[in-house]
Amino acid sequence: MKLRLALPKGRIMGETAALLERAGLGLLGYEEESRSYRPSSTRFPDLFLKVFQEKDIPIQVAIGNYDLGICGLDWVEELLAKYPSGDLVKLANLGYGKSSLYVVASRYGGFSSLAQVKDGFETVRIVSEYQNLAESFALRLRLRRFKILPIWGAAEVYPPESADLALMAETSMDRLDGLDLVPLARLLTSSAFLIANRKSLANADMSELLKSFRPFEVEAEEEPPLPSIAAARGEKAPQDEKRVRLALPDGHQQHPTMEFLERAGLRLHGYCEPLETRRPTLGLPDVSVKVIRPQDMPLQVANENFDLAITGQDWLKDHLYRFPKSPVEEILNLGFGRVSVVAVVSGDLAVRNVMDLRELVKGGLIPAVRVASEYVNVADRYARDRHLERYKVIPTWGASEAFLPEDADLLIENTQSGETLNRHNLRIIDTLFDSAACLIGNTKTLSQPAKKAKIEHIIKVIGETAIKGR
Amino acid sequence: MRVSRCKGMRDLLPDDMAKFRHIEEVFQGCCLGWGYREVRTPTLEYLHLFTATGTLTPAMLGRVYSFLDWDGWSGERVVLRPEGTIPTARLYLENLEGDDLCKLFYVENTFTFEETGEESRERWQCGAELMGSGQPWADVELVLLALEVLERLGVGPLEVRLSHAGLIKALLAELGLGTAEQTEIWDQMLEGNVKVLGEIETEDADLKKALALLLDVKGSSPGFLENAKVLLGKALVRLEPSIDDLASIAQLLDAMGYPYQIDIPSGRGFEYYTGVMFGFYAAARRVGGGGRYDDLIPLVGGPAVPASGFALYMDELMDLVEAEMKTTDEKVLITPEERDVNGLKSCLELARRLRDSGYLAELDLGQRATGYRWLLSVPGEGPFRLTDRKTGKRSEIATLGRIMRAMGRSR
Repeated sequence: MKLRLALPKGRIMGETAALLERAGLGLLGYEEESRSYRPSSTRFPDLFLKVFQEKDIPIQVAIGNYDLGICGLDWVEELLAKYPSGDLVKLANLGYGKSSLYVVASRYGGFSSLAQVKDGFETVRIVSEYQNLAESFALRLRLRRFKILPIWGAAEVYPPESADLALMAETSMDRLDGLDLVPLARLLTSSAFLIANRKSLANADMSELLKSFRPFEVEAEEEPPLPSIAAARGEKAPQDEKRVRLALPDGHQQHPTMEFLERAGLRLHGYCEPLETRRPTLGLPDVSVKVIRPQDMPLQVANENFDLAITGQDWLKDHLYRFPKSPVEEILNLGFGRVSVVAVVSGDLAVRNVMDLRELVKGGLIPAVRVASEYVNVADRYARDRHLERYKVIPTWGASEAFLPEDADLLIENTQSGETLNRHNLRIIDTLFDSAACLIGNTKTLSQPAKKAKIEHIIKVIGETAIKGR
Repeated sequence: MRVSRCKGMRDLLPDDMAKFRHIEEVFQGCCLGWGYREVRTPTLEYLHLFTATGTLTPAMLGRVYSFLDWDGWSGERVVLRPEGTIPTARLYLENLEGDDLCKLFYVENTFTFEETGEESRERWQCGAELMGSGQPWADVELVLLALEVLERLGVGPLEVRLSHAGLIKALLAELGLGTAEQTEIWDQMLEGNVKVLGEIETEDADLKKALALLLDVKGSSPGFLENAKVLLGKALVRLEPSIDDLASIAQLLDAMGYPYQIDIPSGRGFEYYTGVMFGFYAAARRVGGGGRYDDLIPLVGGPAVPASGFALYMDELMDLVEAEMKTTDEKVLITPEERDVNGLKSCLELARRLRDSGYLAELDLGQRATGYRWLLSVPGEGPFRLTDRKTGKRSEIATLGRIMRAMGRSR
């Protein structure tokens, strides 16, 4: 039987590659620059390897798509927090890629201990990439009223204005200090782990492979205790009713957004190089800016944590499909950052369109259509509206192209020119919609008298530029 | 491809439903007789209804079915009702607060995740709640009501086990444990660990003796509690109110001639219990439980209204009761000899009149005749032909009145 091993992209990729080299696997094609998601091993030619976002690996191993995987313990625990009875086994602590999961508050947020959080009467807002761990933390603390707002990243910038607490991974407490955050609890200490599927362990002989990892196993180290926080150094930051809160995107959309705003005459300081901060300043009075993930903006605007945000129409649509009554609306189409959201299959799959895919399920050739996507709600609606009958939506956190053909049958993905898709031998069978950057707002907050004039001014300036740009 | 039911879910088949309805009818009849009124809370509630009370353990909350509703962008989660009492307390506060005494009952399903999927994740219960009385005889009323239901269902031999949440909590405090430790032990007991309390070490010799008595001996009279009081020594001060409360309930049950067992470690269920806790057993299986929860309504945001209640577990009872099915004797199969409009019309009219007289009358749609006592053939003209499958006797009868007389004679 051919063994399957899932390897991480991103943060711990370099150290994982180094470990596999020392373990003598002789890997080819597992480095940052590699365009392939399928490295190979000279020592174990039969081993099937695939590269995933770290967060996807525990799920892939738990459902049995992979026998083994390497990823941070944090993502393993995140999965186990919700699905403790799954088929996931932690085999070995590999020691590198250390970080801790901290529950943090802002130095200026008014919370200096968990007891204070617990005794508060207001709803506690917690943001995190680790929403299952955040929920079980809140339940264990017996918080009476709380909201978990899942995010894709940039947790550190939310407290105190946009969240009371964040649950986030950080490599040291000094770094938290540099972010003006105070740790109230450490939920766990994470490092890279070798994990396995329980059934694979029971049924397949992978002793040779496991042996090569043995010398690198380490014991968990004791962590220094959290410093006791004498008192919060600031009063709880009052929400300034007059300030307009604007969210700008990081990632791919960052440069085009900056160029666009500069054309509109809005000078940003600290948004892009040489100085990058998550709280840049804009040359307008009473406007505060935060840089967050575009994926997170619709939910944040719906919750009135921001008044305006620049995101993509794709993410707005994904939000509105899930929450049709959400108060978020598109104010302006900004015209840049155009992509198409498309349905994609493997180039080797003999289907011309989505109807053919449906026939595969009807004919019993596949048990269900596995639809992988970062746009979970768009993908779900697409599969439902096209009557794929039996389908599963597999949420992904990037590098979705890697899922086809072994781990998904259909991919809902955005593309500019289709070039990347071609390179991975993928074929577009349908276009769902076109998407561009847009300015979004909350129907409720837009009409608040204290901010109305300022918001309208920003919309006007941005709107004129958007029209000129067409 | 065949689609099967969801893992951990149960189909209720005709025989199951016959038992289900029978239990429900008996429960409903008894409750109405005691002056309880029926309510039904919605299947969905806000998660914070259950977190706000702080009375479901984190382990229980970790097993609820919670999700974001279609308008849940705020992160406000909703849950499939995980138990019956907290929603009923909410219903009372929202709609009925101010009634001096409020006696309610319900038949509801509850949802809790169970990992293996072998036990049903959806369970039904018959619950009764009495809000507005803190008297021991209110607790006794609930015990008697539950026993009446069980007696009428004929699931005996019955057993009532009594414990006391106030007594256990006072004991834990008396043993010198920290608050967090007290909660942890209490939670373990509630989940059915009967040994945990006995494993706690104590230096206090009096307390040790009293503890041994309370935990190891099953009392069957109020005298048992009086004995414990003597042994408790200085710990008595804190424990006395709970012991006296339990004793007065025991006295009343004694006076009524109902046997019971005082079994302190048997207490289980929910953290919201404050006073007496009852467990109902039939044929040695736990078929129900309940207790006093005086702090719950304040925790849901209401005034200090004392309350107590119980629930009987439908799934367990269904294993113990006999189904009351219509007997074959009452079933008639009617076959039209002419399958035109007139032929069918006379059959349907005939069937209705038979049903009005208490028979189970069905039209022949091609089903097998086994399972029917009577076969009635309806010609276009001329007399009906009646076959009694029990005796094999065939007769030709001219009118419906005579048919019913013929059938009635043989019943």
